[in-house]
Amino acid sequence: MATHVLSEITADGIATLTWNCPGNTPNVFNDTSLGEFIPAIRELLGNPAVKGIIIASAKPDFIVGADLTMLLAAKNLTKAQFLERVYRLQGIFREMETGGKPIVAAINGTAVGGGFELAMACHARVAADDPVLRVGLPECSLGLLPGAGGTQRMPRLIGAREAIGLITQGKTVPATKALELGLITEIVPQDQLLQRANQLVRTIEPVQPWDKKGFRLPGGEVQSPSGAETFVGANAMMTRETWGNYLAPRLATYAIYHGLQLPIEAGCKVEARGFVELVFNPLTQNMVRTLFFSMSEAKRLKSRPKGIPTAEYRTIGVLGAGLMGHGIAHAAVTNGIAVTLLDVDLAAATTGKERIGAILTDAVKKGRLTETKAKAALDRVTPTASFDDLKDAELIVEAVFEKRELKYDITQKTEAVIAPTVIFGSNTSTLPISGLAEASQRPDQFIGLHFFSPVEKMPLVEVILGAKTSDETLAKSLDFVKAIGKTPIVVRDGRGFFTSRVFGTYLVEGIAMLAEGVHPALIDNAGCLAGMPMGSLTVADMVNLDLSHKIRLQTKADMGDRYQAHPADAIIDFMVNQGRFGQKTKAGFFDYPADGEKRLWPGLTKQYPPTASQPALDSVKRRLLHIQAVETLRCMEEGIVTRPQDADVGSILGWGFCPFYGGVASYIDYVGAKRLESECDELADQHGERYRPPALLRKLAPEGGTLYPA
Amino acid sequence: MADAFILDAARTPRGRGKPDGSLHEVAPVELAATSLRALKNRNNLNTSLVEDVAIGCVDAIKDEAGVGRWSVLAAGYDERVPAVVLNRYCGSGLEAVNLISAKIMAGQIDLGVGGGVEHMSRNPMGVSGFAPATDPLLAADFHFVPQGVSADLIATKYGFSRRQLDTFAAESQRRAKAAWDAGYFSKSVVPVVDRNGLTILDHDEHLRPETTVESLAKLEPSFAKVSKLAGFDRVVLQRYPEIERLQYFHHAGNSSGIVDGSAMVLLGSKTGAEQAGLKPRARIRSFAAGAEDPTIMLTAPAKGCRMALKKAGMNVKDVDLWEINEAFAVVALFFMQELGLTPETVNVNGGAIAMGHPLGATGAIILGTLLDELERRNQAVGVATLCVAGGMAVATVIERI
Repeated sequence: MATHVLSEITADGIATLTWNCPGNTPNVFNDTSLGEFIPAIRELLGNPAVKGIIIASAKPDFIVGADLTMLLAAKNLTKAQFLERVYRLQGIFREMETGGKPIVAAINGTAVGGGFELAMACHARVAADDPVLRVGLPECSLGLLPGAGGTQRMPRLIGAREAIGLITQGKTVPATKALELGLITEIVPQDQLLQRANQLVRTIEPVQPWDKKGFRLPGGEVQSPSGAETFVGANAMMTRETWGNYLAPRLATYAIYHGLQLPIEAGCKVEARGFVELVFNPLTQNMVRTLFFSMSEAKRLKSRPKGIPTAEYRTIGVLGAGLMGHGIAHAAVTNGIAVTLLDVDLAAATTGKERIGAILTDAVKKGRLTETKAKAALDRVTPTASFDDLKDAELIVEAVFEKRELKYDITQKTEAVIAPTVIFGSNTSTLPISGLAEASQRPDQFIGLHFFSPVEKMPLVEVILGAKTSDETLAKSLDFVKAIGKTPIVVRDGRGFFTSRVFGTYLVEGIAMLAEGVHPALIDNAGCLAGMPMGSLTVADMVNLDLSHKIRLQTKADMGDRYQAHPADAIIDFMVNQGRFGQKTKAGFFDYPADGEKRLWPGLTKQYPPTASQPALDSVKRRLLHIQAVETLRCMEEGIVTRPQDADVGSILGWGFCPFYGGVASYIDYVGAKRLESECDELADQHGERYRPPALLRKLAPEGGTLYPA
Repeated sequence: MADAFILDAARTPRGRGKPDGSLHEVAPVELAATSLRALKNRNNLNTSLVEDVAIGCVDAIKDEAGVGRWSVLAAGYDERVPAVVLNRYCGSGLEAVNLISAKIMAGQIDLGVGGGVEHMSRNPMGVSGFAPATDPLLAADFHFVPQGVSADLIATKYGFSRRQLDTFAAESQRRAKAAWDAGYFSKSVVPVVDRNGLTILDHDEHLRPETTVESLAKLEPSFAKVSKLAGFDRVVLQRYPEIERLQYFHHAGNSSGIVDGSAMVLLGSKTGAEQAGLKPRARIRSFAAGAEDPTIMLTAPAKGCRMALKKAGMNVKDVDLWEINEAFAVVALFFMQELGLTPETVNVNGGAIAMGHPLGATGAIILGTLLDELERRNQAVGVATLCVAGGMAVATVIERI
């Protein structure tokens, strides 16, 4: 008895195969659903009474691809066994194409991954005019490639150039764009979808374009001047975008490149071998774990304490309309929450509102937002300089300058007017929350909500528990984070919490290398090549050196004798003394000419002359990543972060740590505790105690232990 | 081991490698045959003595795929003469000479021809496909960048200025013009003629003798736009992370010209020379092929020359004259810097910047030029070398008898 894929045949010989995976899940490819689909379609193809086949879905989506849990479990098979499975699915798609019966995909909703590969193996694809419907092959964004003929059919439909762009970036597109590209054959109103599919299946020829004599690849053959241009460009572009760190887009392009020079069956083999290689690659497993599973768990608030009713927010107060404040307010108002935006005077608050307006206008220009929605969002902002206006706020986010006294003062003034149940969230990136909570009458309702700049682009909120923060405050704060479309990780209190603390090590380690005579270009390029979004020096200029300087002075003042000097300190002092604060003064480690790209400040190599013999690239890369690994282990040891999933999600969303490793915790496991320990000991001997493995690593190393359960 | 001797060398003039170039109309097989025929005719060669012919050609496709055996037959050689087409990219012509020399030295043949041909106006560079650029795994693993970007990388990494490159290029033009005017190429160059005997081309037509450093300074760099657009600038950093930013200095005026042409070298053992009744002009002392990093691509000639000189038991200062193929100005300048050479001994009659670089033929061309000039100056030892795609190089050391 079929439970996933239902087959119906009308009297006039039109069969409909309807995907309807049971339960509250979208249609996916898994052992059960494919176990039903494959014999069902084969039966229809062999049934002389069947004249045509429609593939449909009873769910809001069409089919959203393969069940990733199943895919990851493939590592329990041998590679040869798994390859056979891949061939089986590729084979049935090919049978559909060549079985002599017209097949139409009735795409009622999103069709991605394997779902769209199935659709492309049909002779026509008609999609509903639903604006949320998307089609495409997102596999590469998870470190995989489309393994059911997607790399072969998409370029045969729309040409190599477009297909490489979509596949390697894992881009999905709405139906209108898909139609324009030629990925689908037509769009009809949702309620006419099956009717139209029924008409089409009676008229179309059951032959794919690539099976017709004289088929010409759209956009030109691979071995032609235009083909060479496409692939030479795509190859270089891939390196430019990924610094060569991602295998999946490379193998996908490889399958496209060779597959398009071969019959489709042979092309599918190239694709299948790449797919097997990726599925069995531990880095892919890490990427899927973090980017798919841990991310969605974080978004679904896995860390939320149970049994507390979900909080809803209509109005919040944001204190400080500066860089962070206006960004946070923007996130709230675009998600339907009104914001009272407070600053020292009305002019400052109004400037904040104007900045929100500018972000909204930009989004409208780029087609991401309608003008109506933008206006409604902006109307939700009420600038003010009066604390009294905060009285209706249901949650407060404080985002004033990182100065303890100022934050104390603001906290008290706010608590004087807000309702006693209101949560006070402090957006601080460095100051310990428990300390800030001392200014509060209600420390159990005090919590850290660390946003990242620019807020409108950065999805992470690091939620910091103070010593007295209650479970209810945490739960309701997480509800807020979710309500404004951000992804939270929950960490415990401590200087720099998790993200700023670990990221800071990357920044200062790069700076410290200058004093050792490492060439600044090598430092910055090695960071990028290691997989960080920017070089240490570039990012130091961006956050501004005087800020780093001020934070250190504060830290030093707070910590007294316990402060451990870092070799970067003297370099930052030197830069600040030179008045070179970074990007905002157009002078930092780099110069920022008005009419060109940034260039290294020539004075830098005068002050810190590069040694004649430079360290090997790999050793610089390793240092820049290992220092972050060690600091993460210290955070875990201290209980700042407890789950490796949080460390991974936080590191990728917070500071862009090498997504291809699956984040910083996955990096630690990937390197292996044993190797990490010995390399860090070596680095500690050479460069300082900051590399010395913490107790947690000492504990893991002897048995090759991992942060994730093996 | 037997000695291999150069008995003679001939080349065609180099035609502009475009549809309006004079040699565009000439069949590729005929282009190669012209040089082979010259060796036969002017030496009154009994071609049945020729035991093998090696012809270098990079893009040996379409009609040019016939340049081996069919050029030999078209040139009127005895039908028992075999031929092989080989491809070591830009080093092919010299590699063919080295192969024939090796066969002679090994005692396996006594007379042979090595040379090359490239009909670039018909088969533009890359027309037969170039996997390291287009294959996504090769391109990524070996950090493919176009040669021009490699040239700019050398200039950036080793600090050559645009003016240095342009000065070298203008000098190449000046020297080539002077050499043509003085007739220094007349020993080797044979005109390309039609079946009626009418001349199609009798001189290198790529030269721009009016070139000056100032006129070159006006040219836009050729590779900046494509490099930034596609991202080759970042590909380069994968291998050379110590470079802050690639700078772009090379342009049409300080890079080699795209041309059509062929060149062939008649080689023999002592016995072979005697049987053919020819007097050896020089001895092949040694040869080598070397390779380095494929991304920077064009730096290996110095290494190749050192390897070859070592085999000959010689060193740099034993060499009287050098021919380094001017693929790009920086290739020659870097080579000179590496070996500590002065301009007085290097490419004294100009090079490919002025006269063009018909890929597969150039190695044989510059070897002939080198020998002619050694004879004219009555000097003894010369080295010819070329940078080769993929980070390779070929070098040959010759000594006059």
